[in-house]
Amino acid sequence: MGYEAIIGMEVHAQLSTKSKMFCGCSSRTIDQGANTVVCPICLGMPGVLPTVNRRAVEYSYMTALALDCKATEGRVWFDRKNYFYPDLPKSYQISQHSSVVGRDGHLLVEVDGVRKEIGISDVHVEEDTARLYHRDEGEDRYTLIDFNRSGVPLMEIVSKPDMRSPMEAKAYLRQLRKLLRYIDVSTGDLEAGSFRCEANISLRPEGSEELGNRVEIKNMNTFQAVEHAIMTEIVRQSAILDAGGMVVQQTVGWRDELGRTEPQRIKEEAHDYRYFPEPDLPPLVITRSWIDELRSRIPELPIVKRDRFVSDYGLPPYDAELLTEDPAVAEFFEECVRQFPEAKAVSNWIVGELFRLLNVSGGAVGALRVSPGQLAELLKLVESGKINISTAKAVFEEMFESGRSAEEIIAESDLIQISDADELSDVVDRVLSANPDAVADYLEGKTEALRFLVGQVMKDTRGKANPQMVARLLMDSLDAMGQE
Amino acid sequence: MTLHRLTIHEAHDLLRERRISAVELTESVLSQIDRHDEEIKAYITVTPEVALEQARRADELISAGEARPLTGIPVAIKDNMCTRGVPTTCGSRMLENFVPPYSATVVGRLYDEGAVLVGKANMDEFAMGSSTEYSAFFPTHNPWDASRVPGGSSGGAAAAVAANETLFALGSDTGGSIRQPAALCGVTGLKPTYGRVSRYGLIAFASSLDQIGPLTKDVRDCALVMNALAFHDPQDSTSASKSTPDYTSYLTDDLTGVVVGVPTEYFATGLDSGVEERVRDAIAKLAELGAEIREISMPHEQYVVATYFLTSWAEASANLARYDGVKYGLFAPDAQDIGEAQSKARGRGFGREVKRRIMLGTYALSSGYYDAYYLNAQKVRTLVKEDFDRAFAEGVDVVVGPTSPIVAFGIGELVDDPLEMYLSDLYTIPANLAGLPCISIPCGFHEGLPVGFQIMGRPFAEGTVLTVAYAFEQSTDFHLQRPSIGT
Repeated sequence: MGYEAIIGMEVHAQLSTKSKMFCGCSSRTIDQGANTVVCPICLGMPGVLPTVNRRAVEYSYMTALALDCKATEGRVWFDRKNYFYPDLPKSYQISQHSSVVGRDGHLLVEVDGVRKEIGISDVHVEEDTARLYHRDEGEDRYTLIDFNRSGVPLMEIVSKPDMRSPMEAKAYLRQLRKLLRYIDVSTGDLEAGSFRCEANISLRPEGSEELGNRVEIKNMNTFQAVEHAIMTEIVRQSAILDAGGMVVQQTVGWRDELGRTEPQRIKEEAHDYRYFPEPDLPPLVITRSWIDELRSRIPELPIVKRDRFVSDYGLPPYDAELLTEDPAVAEFFEECVRQFPEAKAVSNWIVGELFRLLNVSGGAVGALRVSPGQLAELLKLVESGKINISTAKAVFEEMFESGRSAEEIIAESDLIQISDADELSDVVDRVLSANPDAVADYLEGKTEALRFLVGQVMKDTRGKANPQMVARLLMDSLDAMGQE
Repeated sequence: MTLHRLTIHEAHDLLRERRISAVELTESVLSQIDRHDEEIKAYITVTPEVALEQARRADELISAGEARPLTGIPVAIKDNMCTRGVPTTCGSRMLENFVPPYSATVVGRLYDEGAVLVGKANMDEFAMGSSTEYSAFFPTHNPWDASRVPGGSSGGAAAAVAANETLFALGSDTGGSIRQPAALCGVTGLKPTYGRVSRYGLIAFASSLDQIGPLTKDVRDCALVMNALAFHDPQDSTSASKSTPDYTSYLTDDLTGVVVGVPTEYFATGLDSGVEERVRDAIAKLAELGAEIREISMPHEQYVVATYFLTSWAEASANLARYDGVKYGLFAPDAQDIGEAQSKARGRGFGREVKRRIMLGTYALSSGYYDAYYLNAQKVRTLVKEDFDRAFAEGVDVVVGPTSPIVAFGIGELVDDPLEMYLSDLYTIPANLAGLPCISIPCGFHEGLPVGFQIMGRPFAEGTVLTVAYAFEQSTDFHLQRPSIGT
């Protein structure tokens, strides 16, 4: 029987605030010693009280607006979510339940050129928990707790069950992460735990409207893992249904190294979280003018920008996609095109050379030494024939390292392309007389010998020769020799 | 030496004039504690080293001419307010060994003012109780009759003030925990408007109701302590940013034009006739002083006890969930896994009354019961508030009545009858539900035991409340009477 997969995603994104959600501790806790970024408040000591990080509220509202949600006006409050677990110092999490930042939005995603709107159910803010480290040393089993992460601001973005394939789920997550980076509210770093994904999956016979039992998958740390895990789960559930069985509603964890899920806890035993309004925090009063002000600060969103890159610059969609992945890259591209209006050439350089160098160095576009203007200048030098492509690549590498201009580097290293026919003719003659075998091969019709000879000329000129001109001069000479 | 019998304002005058030193005053209080606390048991922890060190520093300030009204004045602090470096047990085995790494905002403020911490006062465990019998360590005895309770939950604080084992105390009031023990011990106790005094560092019982306030020997002292306690604290999001007046400027004895509302519902069945007589006398006294007395109605009074308990239990069930033996407090080393460790720590660390309230509160918040219990309680709470709004809108300035329907009861008398104990909070609860300022002052004796008179005002109208209390006090001498133990 054919089944339709119904997939919803929950994403917990860490908000890029300086301090934690309800206290003054830094929210940069990566690589800090265990339990060093803590205070009585995020440790849940007796008598402490939370105070709201306004910036976190602002970021979550910007997200809700960017997702086209109906942003909540008027009173917005926090709720206590009660459960016992040692990673939760107060034994309740300050979260949002009956009141949220925004509801009923959507995100436009694209799979294989087909666009689809994925509904957003709601966006809300909450505090992160501590981190547990389970240790099993034979007889000695224990758990260590690091409270550094406790109280770090998180935003939960809950989608509607609108996705129908693992590819759609992955596209949704990519697009969502891109959006968060665009509005600069989260780093979206999966491996660092600042973008955590959970998937809810159920199957139903094709054509049916009824929803089947839902399985929740946690612990997927890469987009590939998300795709793989959902695919695996669909196969697993299909097999159960095919055999006439019932899917058990449960939460499972993805084991990437094993390529399968493992049950975490049975959903029927799910906690009653006993939500109630957090009495230590009076409701916030959100005004329309504040929302309008935030809306005005939201930049052009990725999919809009991508479409514009295709229509305004005539770029292939693939290029546009890569260039708009990161708003800093898009900005670099546009600035460069303003000074050197060959969009496709600029794109090639960014997607090829710049990305390669960034990859090798591990640097970020935001911290580049080379400016868009400098790249434009380099491209003008190539266009005018002053340097050849391979020289340009070497020069660009030097620009990337040092931030110096192309002109400077070229002048200093004597890299200007040799396009002087007289100068090149001497070299060509020298190479022809030094390689009689290759000459003979060519004259016998083995035209690939020409490539070898061009290479010899380039070598002789330390790469500075204009390769097109060299080829022409060589052919002229060889043709002349053939006629003799 | 009888320095321990002084009020704050008397002691301040003597200190400023250098006729006594803060060390002498502190030593006098400490020796009074030595003499009588064996019997009264007002303190869980006495802090002579801290006190004498602070007293010496206070004397330096005084010598430098920097004496403030509370400089050098001994204070007892209820053991649910965090005091850095000094054990803060909250009256519970759970926190028996808890030494806070920080001080409550109000404690810091008192230290800044130069006050002298003589000890941490006994209380019902986690402030849950009306007799101080639910302290995990020992009950406190009423200085007027040691076979009776001092009231609660700030019973240690009230008894310490009544027995002159301190000059003043800080208590906390969730459903009457300052006012009821003040009434039963014959001292003055004020619960400020919700949000007037910072709760930061007060170990929470019910966050939407808890409020810290002073227990003092007279109304002037109460105003002086309020001058130190009332300010906006950015660490408490429920703290009001309203400016604070000098509360002593309200201490006048003219009540002309003041409208006093007397709700019929505050004189219902269950009110001891002896208590009623004293309270009626007090109301007559207010009329004599120029106030207009007006009968009013509080139609939702019959629901306040249920509303209060549902709300406070629900909040407490979450507030007390952090005591799981993981980070501080009692730990169960014999447990096999974390769930068992948490259960054992909570099972052993909490007393019976606390467990009862946690369970009832958990139930009230449970899915399927939330609407019927917690949510309905919040709706009724709004109606109770509206009863007061209506009275104030009709020109009433203060609402008065008995603080407690009965005088101090015998130790052990109600301890196994929680429902009866809950009902003794009947008159104090409305001020917490509505967030209003409310003072209890002595208004006479019944069977040799003090009776308390309660005065409630509009939100943030502590000044008006103090005016009425002061005018009454100045025309009577009940506040001057001390149990024999206090001399």
